[in-house]
This record gives sequence, C-alpha cells and structure tokens, in this order.
Amino acid sequence: MKYKKLLSLLVLPILAVSLSSCRIKIKGEQLTVVGSTALQPLVEAASDEYIQSLDGVFVNVQGGGSGTGLSEIQQGAVDIGMSDLFAEEKAGIDPKKLEDHRLLVTGIAPVVNKKVKVTNLTSKQLKDIFTGKVTNWRDITGQDLPIIIVNRANGSGTRYNFEKIVLKGQDAKSAQEQDSSGMAISIVSSTPGAISYVSFSYLKDSVLQPKVDGVKPTQANVRNNRWKIWSYEHLYTQKNPSALTRSFLNYLKSDEVTEMIKSMKYIPTSEMEVSRDVSGHVRGAK
Amino acid sequence: MDPIRESLLKTSKKTRRERRGRIITFACILLIVVMVAALLLFVTFKGLATFFVNHVNPISFLFGTNWNPGQKNPQLGALPMFLGSILVTIFSAIVATPFAIGAATFMTEISPRTGKKFLQPVMELLVGIPSVVYGFIGLTVFVPLMRNLFGGSGFGILTATLVLFVMVLPTITSMTTDALNSVPRNYRESSLALGATRFQTIYKVVWRSATPGIMTAVVFGMSRAFGEALAVQMVIGNAALMPHSLISPASTLTSILTMGIGNSVMGTLENNALWSLALLLLLMSLLFNMLVRWIGRRSSLK
Repeated sequence: MKYKKLLSLLVLPILAVSLSSCRIKIKGEQLTVVGSTALQPLVEAASDEYIQSLDGVFVNVQGGGSGTGLSEIQQGAVDIGMSDLFAEEKAGIDPKKLEDHRLLVTGIAPVVNKKVKVTNLTSKQLKDIFTGKVTNWRDITGQDLPIIIVNRANGSGTRYNFEKIVLKGQDAKSAQEQDSSGMAISIVSSTPGAISYVSFSYLKDSVLQPKVDGVKPTQANVRNNRWKIWSYEHLYTQKNPSALTRSFLNYLKSDEVTEMIKSMKYIPTSEMEVSRDVSGHVRGAK
Repeated sequence: MDPIRESLLKTSKKTRRERRGRIITFACILLIVVMVAALLLFVTFKGLATFFVNHVNPISFLFGTNWNPGQKNPQLGALPMFLGSILVTIFSAIVATPFAIGAATFMTEISPRTGKKFLQPVMELLVGIPSVVYGFIGLTVFVPLMRNLFGGSGFGILTATLVLFVMVLPTITSMTTDALNSVPRNYRESSLALGATRFQTIYKVVWRSATPGIMTAVVFGMSRAFGEALAVQMVIGNAALMPHSLISPASTLTSILTMGIGNSVMGTLENNALWSLALLLLLMSLLFNMLVRWIGRRSSLK
C-alpha cells in the first residue's frame, strides 16, 4: 500500500509531462527544424508564412548551432537539421544516412574597424593576419595600430568556412572568440584595430568592408565566384523524409521564399553560376 | 466489538494524515536525490569519456595550454580556462569582500535603521537583476572604459572581475550581515563596558567572532563567481590563451563550455572534451561546498 502510493506519486509527473506533449501532436502535424543560427531567421520567417496556408500544421524552428543540427537529424530527433557545413566535414556524422538540400549560399566578408583605413586586402595579407604572422596594421596600411582578431567560436560554421577558404589548412592564431555574428560585428565596430568576419546578412555600415584582391563583397560577385569566400547553407533530412517535410522543403524553394532569401542578402542556390563540392572544387555549370 | 476498544486499536485519522504527509515528503526528497545522483553520474560518465574512450592523458588535459578540440590534431589543454576561472573568482572576491564587510558593518553596527531602509533594498535589487544585464552593462560601459584606461581591446580578466564584483557583492553582503547580526548582544555590551570604543568593539569583538560566518559568505560569493557564465562570457573575450595580463582576452570554463556545446556533435572527442570541462566545474563547486561545510563545522566547535 505504502509503496503503491509512492509509485503513483513518482509516476504522476512523468505521465503529466508525456500527456501534455501528446496534446500538441493530436491537434495537428508538426515539424521541428534545428541548427545553424545563420539560417534560423530565414527559416523562421518562411515557416510563419507556411503555417498560415495550412491548417493544424506547426513548424518549430530552433537554433543551437550546426553541430546540434547535424547530430539531432542523425539521431532522427528532428525533421530538418540546418548546417553551415557539409555533413562530411563534421566529425561523428555519417553523411550516408542523410539527404542534403542546399537551399542557399551566403558570402562571408572580413570586417574591419573604421579607425583602420583599409580599402583593399590581398588574400595573402588576410591569411597573414589570421595566422598571426602580422600583428600590427603598420605592416599593411602603415598605421601603427595593433591588430585585434575577433574569431567566431571554435566549431562555428562561419569560422570553419572562412578558415578553410582563407587559411587553406593552416592553423589560425588563438584569439578572442565570440558566440554570435551580431556580437562579433558590434565588437569590431567599437574596438580600434579589430578585424573579424561575418556572413553578408550581418554586414553593417558601422564597419569597413574591404575588398579582397580587388573584389567587392557583393551578391553578384559571389554568384560567379569572383568573391571566393562563400559557403552553402544546408538543410539536412534523413533519407526518405515525411510528406510534410518534403512539402516544407518545396515551399522553401518557392518564388515567395526566394524573394525573402534575396532581401536578407543571401543568394538562392538556383541563381549560382558555379557549384562547389566538399573538397572545394568549383565547377562552372549550374 | 466494543466501539471504544475498536477506536483505540484502529489507526486514527490524524495518524493516517501524518503518514500520508510523511510519504509525500519522502517521495519529494527521493525524487531530488535521484535527480542529483543522475546528474552527477551523467556528467561524470560523459566527462570521463575523454580519458577512457578517447584516451586523452588527464595530466596533459589539466596542465596543457592549447585548446583546439575540433582540429584534425586535437589539442586538449584546459589550463588556460581553469586559470581564467580561478583568477576572476579570486579577484572578484578580493575586491568585493572589503566593500561587503563595510556595508554589512554599517547596516548592523553603525546605522541599522538607514541600513534596513536603503542599503538592504538596494542589495536585494542587485540580486534580482538577470546576469545578461550585467554582461550587457559590462560590454557597453566597462569594456570601453578599460580600453581607454589601459589600452588593448578592453576585454579581459579585469573587466570580468569588475562585472563579477557587482554580481557577488550582494551575496557576500547579505550573508555577512547575517553573520554580524548573530553575534550576541552581550559581547558588544561587555566590550563597551570595559571601555572599548565603538570601533574597537567592531574590530576586536564583532568581526572576530563573526569571522567563520564572513568566510562562509566569501566562499559562497566565490562559488557564484566561478559558476557564472553569461555575463563573463560577454566581457572576458573568450580566448583560450594563457592569461598573461589582466587586460588581455582570456576565458573561463563556463564561457568555453557554453560557446562550444552547440557546435559539436554528441559522442565526438570535441563534445566529450566539453563534458570534461563540465566535470571540472562540478568538482570545483563540490569543493566550494565542502569548504563552506568545513568552515561551518570548525566554527561550531568554538
């Protein structure tokens, strides 16, 4: 008797939790999208539009980072995982289990504090800065101002792609790190001598956006690969996703969302004039 | 059967109610104990995986100075973060303690009425402010201030110390106040009766006899500083480098942990390494707790 009551007391909260989670599912279908914070605002905005057209469907969009997106989709805990990286590039992920939907491309641009008068950087200079070979702007612009590197967090997708393309396999110098692109750009705008890199959608006039090898960071230049620092944003699903997942993915490729993508300074994959594979080989065909 | 006899032999309503109450409280405690044990076991298992599954040398983990868990040749040296955590904790306690003792003494010995009316509400207000606000103020006020005063980027242990100082001050102050209040009234009266001045009484009698309580307060403040993640992460710069000066970017266990956990995949070395940091953090807070108990026990012997 004593133990039965005790048991029921322990079981009750568990029952309550599982029941409350059931209730959402009974009401209608739901999709869960988790991962890269770079893609989160777009998918959130698109999902708002999407659920208005369908009754009883709920799309739950969460951040958490590329690593979270990839590991959750691999476990089948979510319907779609957002990632800045190819699944092949992340340790612990089996790409054969996943289906890659490349939705869009984002350019990544170096940003520099306005006190540094720099309009153009060569890719070698950029590499020297982030590997720590050059530590003062004196050697680049002639101004005596120490270089303050603001990196993104270890393991961040933006950082991975930037270092892959700019540093070409060399180790980056250990430096200050920031969790989010927004924070990185606000630190660069307020710290003399600071340099960082953000995806195009975060670019602001409060910082300088130098050309790299004479090429301006614009969407047009990314399209034809003249601006080389860009990466795909992937939506990963498991093989053979549900009908609802497919329908949402199709919606993300609709004209309506394509307009949204462009207005947020991303480039839809369909508009790219080149394609690039995991190992970095660029092909001219669409 | 005789109804009186029957009522005497049966369990009464009150006994049954008491039993029910005992079962409920016992179940609650059991649930908490199970939860704590599960948490400890989980963090321990995940944290030890780095050493048993990935075969990282624990010595090189604790004393290594390079932290690059995601690279092809991963380097796992947690010393920079550990040192960062320890330094901001100790410095903020050193800065906050005199202020806290001063404020507490003012509130209990010098002007209890003003203390109760103004200082106490202010301290309680400070506790209620979310840590992200402290971090934001640190970022917008302290970071530029430190940059202008000392150069560099403004991010670093010094700025983190200042932010943590404000955050631990109310904790230390309120516990010190309690400690001073619990000093028996007759101690003060005897001291004054012997001809001691008020300052002599405070210095030689009140503080002396409240020392264990004050020490407990400081350790509590330190454990808050050690575990604080968000506010510190915003102002310390998060560079996994050995801190070579107070104004160069450094990192703490918590800041590296919160930044990295979303970017790694469960079960990989990168992820396990972060769990090892969490284990280190857990062990340190256990140490702080034990320290508090030890101080408490020592003072009760007197």
